[in-house]
Amino acid sequence: MAMNKMKKINISASLKSNLITFGIVIAAYAVMQILVSLHLVSSLMRGLLVPICVYVILAVSLNLTVGILGELSLGHAGFMCVGAFTGAFFSKYILYAVPGMPGALRFFLALLIGALFAGLFGLLIGIPVLRLKGDYLAIVTLAFGEIIKNLINLLYLGIDENGVHISLNSALDLHMEDSDKIIVNGAMGITGTPNDSNFTIGVVLVLFALIIVLNLIHSRDGRAIMAIRDNTIAAESVGINVTKYKLMAFAISASLAGIAGVLYAHNLSTLTALPKNFGYNMSIQILVFVVLGGIGNIRGSIISAVVLTVLPELLRGFVSDSRMLIYAIILIAMMLFNWAPACIAWREKIRYRLNRKKNAKEAE
Amino acid sequence: MSFISYLINGISLGSVYALIALGYTMVYGIAKMLNFAHGDVIMIGAFTTYTVCSIAGLPPVLGVLVAVVFCTLLGMLIERVAYKPLRKAASPLAVLITAIGVSYFLQNIALLIFGANAKSFTSIVTLESVKLAGGQITVTGETIVTIVVCIIIMILLTLFINKTKAGQAMLAVSEDKGAAQLMGINVDATIALTFAIGSALASIAGVLLCSAYPQLTPYTGSMPGIKAFVAAVFGGIGSIPGAFIGGILLGVIEIFGKAYISSQMADAIVFAVLILVLLVKPTGLLGKNIQEKV
Amino acid sequence: MKKFSKLVSLAAASAMVLSMAGCGSNAGSSDTFKIGGIGPITGGAAIYGESVMNGCQLAVDEINEAGGINGVKIEFNFQDDEHDAEKAVNAYNTLKDWNVQMLIGCVTSTPCIAVTEKSNADNVFQITPSGSAVKCTQYDNGFQVCFSDPNQGAASAQYIGENNLASKVAVIYDSSDVYSTGIYQSFVSGAESQPFEIVSAEAFTADSKTDFSVQLQKAQDAGADLVFLPIYYQESALILTQANAMGYAPNWFSCDGMDGILGVDNFDTTLAEGVMLLTPYAADSTDELSSKFTQAYIAKYGETPIQFAADGYDAVYILKAALEKSGAKPSDSASAICDGLKSAMTQITVDGVTGAGMTWAATGEVNKAPMAVVIKDGAYAAMQ
Repeated sequence: MAMNKMKKINISASLKSNLITFGIVIAAYAVMQILVSLHLVSSLMRGLLVPICVYVILAVSLNLTVGILGELSLGHAGFMCVGAFTGAFFSKYILYAVPGMPGALRFFLALLIGALFAGLFGLLIGIPVLRLKGDYLAIVTLAFGEIIKNLINLLYLGIDENGVHISLNSALDLHMEDSDKIIVNGAMGITGTPNDSNFTIGVVLVLFALIIVLNLIHSRDGRAIMAIRDNTIAAESVGINVTKYKLMAFAISASLAGIAGVLYAHNLSTLTALPKNFGYNMSIQILVFVVLGGIGNIRGSIISAVVLTVLPELLRGFVSDSRMLIYAIILIAMMLFNWAPACIAWREKIRYRLNRKKNAKEAE
Repeated sequence: MSFISYLINGISLGSVYALIALGYTMVYGIAKMLNFAHGDVIMIGAFTTYTVCSIAGLPPVLGVLVAVVFCTLLGMLIERVAYKPLRKAASPLAVLITAIGVSYFLQNIALLIFGANAKSFTSIVTLESVKLAGGQITVTGETIVTIVVCIIIMILLTLFINKTKAGQAMLAVSEDKGAAQLMGINVDATIALTFAIGSALASIAGVLLCSAYPQLTPYTGSMPGIKAFVAAVFGGIGSIPGAFIGGILLGVIEIFGKAYISSQMADAIVFAVLILVLLVKPTGLLGKNIQEKV
Repeated sequence: MKKFSKLVSLAAASAMVLSMAGCGSNAGSSDTFKIGGIGPITGGAAIYGESVMNGCQLAVDEINEAGGINGVKIEFNFQDDEHDAEKAVNAYNTLKDWNVQMLIGCVTSTPCIAVTEKSNADNVFQITPSGSAVKCTQYDNGFQVCFSDPNQGAASAQYIGENNLASKVAVIYDSSDVYSTGIYQSFVSGAESQPFEIVSAEAFTADSKTDFSVQLQKAQDAGADLVFLPIYYQESALILTQANAMGYAPNWFSCDGMDGILGVDNFDTTLAEGVMLLTPYAADSTDELSSKFTQAYIAKYGETPIQFAADGYDAVYILKAALEKSGAKPSDSASAICDGLKSAMTQITVDGVTGAGMTWAATGEVNKAPMAVVIKDGAYAAMQ
């Protein structure tokens, strides 16, 4: 009896928590839309709306690997890169091949393709890699991310009436008459991707990622994944298929990153694989979102992704030379505030005092 | 003949990686944290030497000395302010992220002080190049000095850890912090000492890195830092001889990959070899195999 | 945890409100021309953005001191893009909130292409000082100060061939860089009709650019008597040092990215002796305009300007000439100014630091003569 009751409370508590998370996203969306329609939002903020969605999806998806599966991945940007390039390639190709296709359908298909390829890569990489643990796993995922970036920079790919031309050396090796039909042009990447994304689509994708991740966490599969995180051997001994569940979490996380990549690619007209956007720096940046927001805490990931994306842009208005320096200091300070046991104890103390005052007032 | 020449170039590059990896692996072995700011301490070390020698015009020995002292203090300061408060944090990832914050901080402060333009670093090595095989193969003085310094540091570190009280304390802390504390070891002081030594090594690595590849920008340390991290993992992170072997091998693989496979794919080749090694030997070449217990 | 979230949400919300409050507050001032600049001033490419920013600022100060454009002063605002397309768009939007009227930027190609898409949609005039990819001027509101990549590669091949500088040529290029691969490819296709042969073409990437021994060894083994370096001077300085250490001394030929090598602090300039480069600007050319610019720049910033600084400096003066031609007023909207400038650009001729008698086609590409210079006794000298 007691057990049953507890379970009930638990489920409703998690449901409530999920609903709050969805509510925050939807409310933020509604508020922003109203402000935009009233012309109260600066161009900078309006331009940031889609990137914010991209980073929120990335943070939520990486939290699945880091927080729920409990494995450190430093190659998340690699999956984003795969999604971005396959999605943008598809859209570019359709622009030539089926010019009449409506933008919404094209983008939807691009999302599917990006998610599929990124998920496939996640699976392929996951099979060998997930045997490793801890920092070794981290370095191997970093290595995969760098390999993907390196190869994309060498890829020349074009399609014309003679079929597909591909080279890993130079555009000249493609031997194509019409250089406009080269879709992926080495270090130049893909230019002229249609701008199919917008804030509404971004928010829908954020909600989609949230539904997938939150549902997974609270499902039977999710509990199996968390059991593996907490004690692999114990999980194995009760018959949980460790490899299967690890791969499942890793591949889902990768394909969500792929979706973020497609969204990213369709927000900018040019897509190149620079160290800045698809290198280990980006993977680390996503990890920063996850850890700052709280490992395993999906709502925290959303908030920290928003804050850390907006912060360096807002600093433009105050300090231009030392913008990134200030950003670094704030990041360290926030980490200490959020994670240091001494700070947590101090915050508890303050909260206790406030509560006491409140209680005292109520008593009066 | 070109094979031998490539091999020597690979060892030159690898010796620099090895030197950086020694600092990485030592901090990791004892404090159990990936210090992402290590590469940037290297850059600060090189800039200190540059300031002392090329701007103030003082002799190189003094430059290296000042760099070592400065980086040691800097390392201890970073540890005290940014890492120590998080040592008992709920997740070991917290301190990893602060290390990234410190890395951004060091890069941007160097950018503000020295500007973005590259500086040419005057080599502090005065040893002449050695010509072999009738002048067809050149071994630069920097390579010889780097390898010698690497080996000396390796021996000193091993001796220090195995023969001195402080070193034994480090070993104890790396095995079990709680138990070490119960045995009367001052864990805080031991970890601070680890960072001091690690940062001193970083400054020496910075000076030799910039002597061998004489260019200095605020971002000089970050890529060699990552490569050295790879080298340390390659050799088995936490193992001192492993860092040396990992560094040399990484350099040789990088050069051979460029020479015999494709210069465009150098990065991909290095990382692919790393993955293969780790798949066969999941804790690196010389890493300890940790038995998992229920 | 919860408390933190609340705190952060509060901070974020107030920050957003703050940023929104910034919008529209500048609309009143219409007695100056507002020129915005975009380029990297942090990150690995910071030196290029910093140089352009300084060059522009120097020109802006000079113009303002001399009374402005038709008596109107200039306000200049430079934003960081970290050499990243997404950040460049953010920088552009920041400038839009500042009510920018004309744009100088971006400094590097990839961010530039991303921004042209936005500036074209808004019809804001954009002139890139140094974004050399062809796509930087894909729309009619975009113009270039520098040569485009294909232009440089082909011109280099032609120059080497016509002057019989070499029979066997090696190339070392950056396969992860748009500028470098662009020149490399057009060099290869341009070389087909020339009397020399490309015997080795080796690449490096942004992640492995400290050691060049393999690339140099291959060039040497292939017997190349000239090495073509379509890369920036920072890597070139390392390549020259390493070639010297291994005792390899071919002729060196490069493009405008090489300019700046003599300005690397502490660099042993004897290593660069005899390096040839095709560049529109050389820091110590003797014509009056260039020397005046170089001296003013050194006086102001304490270092020798690189070609990016000259490009930025010229961009401002080109804008000035075009604004005078079109007769734009500071009270005009950005779009109206853009329409005027588009036609004015094809009519003006500007004598700048990076070239005399520069003219523009409606496509945005500049028409000027490249100059071949050689480094002699630690200084540039014109080649015959």
